Amino acid sequence: MKVRLRLFASFREAVGQDRMEIQVPEGSTMAQIMEVLAAKYPKIAGLAASTVFAVDEEYVSPDRIAQEGDEIVFIPPVSGGTNV
Amino acid sequence: MYRVTDQPIDVEAMIKSVDDPRSGAIVTFLGVVRGFSQGKKVNYLEYEAFDEMAIKKMAEIGAETKEKWGVDKIAVTHRVGRLEIGEASIVIALSTPHRKEGFEACHYTIDRIKEIVPVWKKEVWEDGEVWVEGHKPI
Repeated sequence: MKVRLRLFASFREAVGQDRMEIQVPEGSTMAQIMEVLAAKYPKIAGLAASTVFAVDEEYVSPDRIAQEGDEIVFIPPVSGGTNV
Repeated sequence: MYRVTDQPIDVEAMIKSVDDPRSGAIVTFLGVVRGFSQGKKVNYLEYEAFDEMAIKKMAEIGAETKEKWGVDKIAVTHRVGRLEIGEASIVIALSTPHRKEGFEACHYTIDRIKEIVPVWKKEVWEDGEVWVEGHKPI
């Protein structure tokens, strides 16, 4: 099945685009989709452990099973504001 | 009022937007770009946000402050794009009947924003750049 990805910050730079569609096996979890992407773009493999996922603008578990057409967002550690 | 903008933040307008006849205090917080990071001179910062979700998460935090501290009105603006040293990356303004609740609510708001709002910051120095590793949300 196909899922859509949105990529920000370090992910966007590693992959070279901010949106993409990828083919993944039915029943794939967020973490497994991350592995598919990391296999294709080795630069992001190091980010896997600190990444969380969002679907429909809400954080979801790495074990969440993706549905056809989902827009999945890979969220590297956030650092809004300033270090104050 | 919750916004993500690539323009300089109008602090006065934000203060006016939280003015409320029930309130006796307006508390503001500005996060500004620091010129040094871990002993290195920073040239400028680049901020990037997942706008839709950032606004949604800021609104959730705002609703919490109304619930917990009786905040009358709250406004949060996060800036994105290139920011020079000294510019405000985030501004919070909120109003409460009394000052104690206002300070506490404002403190909570900035801490929580840094934990769960999807915004990223890249430091650019003379000789390199890095995405700053902040919090892992949730």
